[in-house]
Amino acid sequence: MSAAPTAPVSPTPAATPGKGIRRIRVPQKLRNLELFLLLFVCAVNAFAVVIVQFGALGSADLTVVTLGAGLAVLVFAMHIALRLVATNADPFILPIASLLNGIGIAMIYRIDIAEKLTGWESTALRQVVWTAVGVALAIGVIVVIRNHRVLQRYTYVAGLVAGVLLLLPMLPVLGQEINGARVWIHVGSFSFQPGEVAKIALAVFFAGYLVSRRDSLSMVGRRMLGLRFPRGRDLGPILVLWALSMAIIIFQRDLGTALLYFGLFVVMIYVATGRASWVVLGVGLFLAGGVIASQVLVYVNDRFTNWLDAFNPASYDAQGGSYQLVQGLFGLANGGLIGTGLGEGRPDITPLAQSDYIIASLGEELGLAGLFAIFGLYLLFISRGLRISFAGQDDFGRLLGVGLSFTLALQCFIVIGGVTRVIPLTGLTTPFLAAGGSSLVANWIIVALLLRLSDTVRNQPRLVI
Amino acid sequence: MTRELKRVSIVVFVMFLALLVSTTLIQFFQADNLASDARNARTIYASYDVERGPILVDGQPIAVSVPTGDEFKYQRSYPQGPLYSAVTGYYTLGQGSSQIEQSMNDYLSGTSDSQFLEYLDRLVTGKNPQGASVELTIDPVVQQAAYDALGSYQGAVVAIEPSTGRILAMVSKPDYDPNSLAAHDSQQVLDTYDQLLAAPGDPLINKTINDLNPPGSTFKIVTTSAALQNSGLPVDHTEPNLARLPLPGSDATVANAGGGTCGGGDTVTIATAFVLSCNIPMAELGIEMGESSLGDMANAFGFGSELSIPMDVSTSEYPRGLDDAQLALSAFGQGSDVATPLQVAMLSAAVANDGTIMTPDLIDEIRAPDLSVLQSFEAKEFSTPLTDVTASELSKLMVEAVDNGAATNARIDGVSVAGKTGTAENGEDDPYTLWFTGFAPADNPRVAVAVVVEDGGGLGQSGTGNELAAPIAKRVLEAVLSK
Repeated sequence: MSAAPTAPVSPTPAATPGKGIRRIRVPQKLRNLELFLLLFVCAVNAFAVVIVQFGALGSADLTVVTLGAGLAVLVFAMHIALRLVATNADPFILPIASLLNGIGIAMIYRIDIAEKLTGWESTALRQVVWTAVGVALAIGVIVVIRNHRVLQRYTYVAGLVAGVLLLLPMLPVLGQEINGARVWIHVGSFSFQPGEVAKIALAVFFAGYLVSRRDSLSMVGRRMLGLRFPRGRDLGPILVLWALSMAIIIFQRDLGTALLYFGLFVVMIYVATGRASWVVLGVGLFLAGGVIASQVLVYVNDRFTNWLDAFNPASYDAQGGSYQLVQGLFGLANGGLIGTGLGEGRPDITPLAQSDYIIASLGEELGLAGLFAIFGLYLLFISRGLRISFAGQDDFGRLLGVGLSFTLALQCFIVIGGVTRVIPLTGLTTPFLAAGGSSLVANWIIVALLLRLSDTVRNQPRLVI
Repeated sequence: MTRELKRVSIVVFVMFLALLVSTTLIQFFQADNLASDARNARTIYASYDVERGPILVDGQPIAVSVPTGDEFKYQRSYPQGPLYSAVTGYYTLGQGSSQIEQSMNDYLSGTSDSQFLEYLDRLVTGKNPQGASVELTIDPVVQQAAYDALGSYQGAVVAIEPSTGRILAMVSKPDYDPNSLAAHDSQQVLDTYDQLLAAPGDPLINKTINDLNPPGSTFKIVTTSAALQNSGLPVDHTEPNLARLPLPGSDATVANAGGGTCGGGDTVTIATAFVLSCNIPMAELGIEMGESSLGDMANAFGFGSELSIPMDVSTSEYPRGLDDAQLALSAFGQGSDVATPLQVAMLSAAVANDGTIMTPDLIDEIRAPDLSVLQSFEAKEFSTPLTDVTASELSKLMVEAVDNGAATNARIDGVSVAGKTGTAENGEDDPYTLWFTGFAPADNPRVAVAVVVEDGGGLGQSGTGNELAAPIAKRVLEAVLSK
């Protein structure tokens, strides 16, 4: 983020983005840097798995490392794809995603060992398979979509796709309710959370829609309290989104996803129109909806009670109470500054230690130092995404870049903030780390889109829009 | 659009800043609090990862951690079974711990502040964590003698070295085998624990320090001390020698044990009253001296004071705000007086040690795994209730009580033993609490002892302290003297 360019957005060719981009514009150098980082990441990941084995099993088991090597091959395939079709793509995005994904697998594997899960029962194995699917799809995206502006043509298709994906879990046979939230679909023996993929479709839809409509959304309106508020008739989109979020809270019982979508929309409309009044409106609407929901809906109210009064025995012992939250805090405390070491803690005591609570598991075994490193990786990843938006030439690409980056940041904040009691706990997956196929696949597609955007930014002469 | 992007960047940064702050708060600032939460199972598991330090008596382990193959790595073992159950206490998975296992937990588990550097060292080198060893002041010979002497009575024996405060023996019965609570099968432990909790005689309670009984006639040590020292009465000060004393403001009366007067004559001296353990002259004395003289002396002996040895000792109480009837009863250890056996032993210890009570303590030495000494025994004064003059006068009275008075069953051939019995009433039909406290040799005391036999020793209201408690004390004194 510190790489914010100083040049204003103006149609003069002199408006160059940050100097850094110019300096490493030689594609070969970018890709070599990426290769070097990837080799380093693979070594770290393999090392993490071996440490887990020594910590939790007491001996090394090379078959698992072989499995990881298979994944590494796939990641290197993606690297080669980039060399061929996106030579100017950002060199940090792929290594960071791989590193987070690998650390996640190591931790999931570690908890499998604690819970004595092997074969297809093993979550880690499924995570490896889903990673393979995710990386393969990412390669597909990067190869098929040679120019991100193609996506703008499918603005409304994307909107429709997002709507359908969101509705799928509500269908009778297909939909499935797990832990009270109805956000899964079930095909054969596989569960999938379509909402994870829907966020990408939504980002594409918002970007396309806002680029075409932003003039009417920003130019007219009444001034009030120093802010220009939109006309009544322009309130349509934000009200629709608000209604959608509320519907998710009420029918799918999924606070986190609702907050994610709505936050994504508010940020994108703010960036598109430059009008802070949208943020005021959006935050106000969501807070109002949240307060009403906490009064009306029992499960929302419980979340608030668990958050504010976690250590009260009444919350702790209640069904759906703060037990998990408190156990997660115990785990984090057990880790302390430098952690117990991989395989040496007891993260498996906390329910959902592999998915919603993987950050607590990592905090326990890698300590505060490890969490800071992970947060650093996320920040770096997100800043690379935001950088695309700063440097981008077309507003669709810039909006899509900020949308995709921001959903990742917001998702991190919602889930990690929930675990560490910054906000009430809501069920969302920690990007790249948590066990869960849909989330992984979606995030790898985001990786591909950001890589494509970054390639375009560097590759093409600046256009006047 | 760039301005907006900058602001969004700032928002992202602030969100991550919030996460950095929250994780720092949890993992650094609140970590200790969270770790000590009773619901934190990780702390329990972690404590089992440590090779808990042994508890030693005369260099021999009475509690030791032995390696197991299961997930807890070590299991606690008590080689002597029930002999030391009152001292070591138990150490369970899930039901907590007690006695030394509890009060010395920081050292035994290697988490005390003085072991912090070692902890860091282990963290870096990856060595197995190990706790410190705790050596006790208990003398195994005296402990065994006390354990055998108390036999199957419900009660307690505690012996201390008057010149230092070292606790030489600590026995509480009914006992239990701490091994039965050390198992790793938590259901089995829970069942055993519930059984012991419901068992008659409360085996899990250490009666030497946590069981309060009316001290009965052993309290006459306090009353006589108060008369001689606080009220300045001579030992031949006389009181009317009655067969029945009506309690002021009540239709109840006080009698001497066994009925009748206290020896012959119309008056009786303090000395005779003490030696023969008569209630009526003591009651008269109490009313004459008043509550403050008696109460201040009781407090000087340790009543109303908190004490840790290092287990917390229940506070013995001498009540305040008494009317004359209550004052009369309190003067011979009835009414609302309650005392632990340790407190009663401290009465003898004060007399034995020229009027000064040394703080009783069980900890002789604590050694880190590398054998460096972390803490060692240091004799400390607890209080000085008596001048050496009063102490020697009381000593003479206690010797006389054993030689020719109410405590004759504690006599040891060739040794001058000082002692005082007690036969305390509980409820109207409840069995008596039988006491003996004393020390030996009277001229150069090496041990002070208190014995309590509860539940009347099975004899209801027909047993006496001299009959049941004094012979037990005698065997404990002999064990020390024969060394």
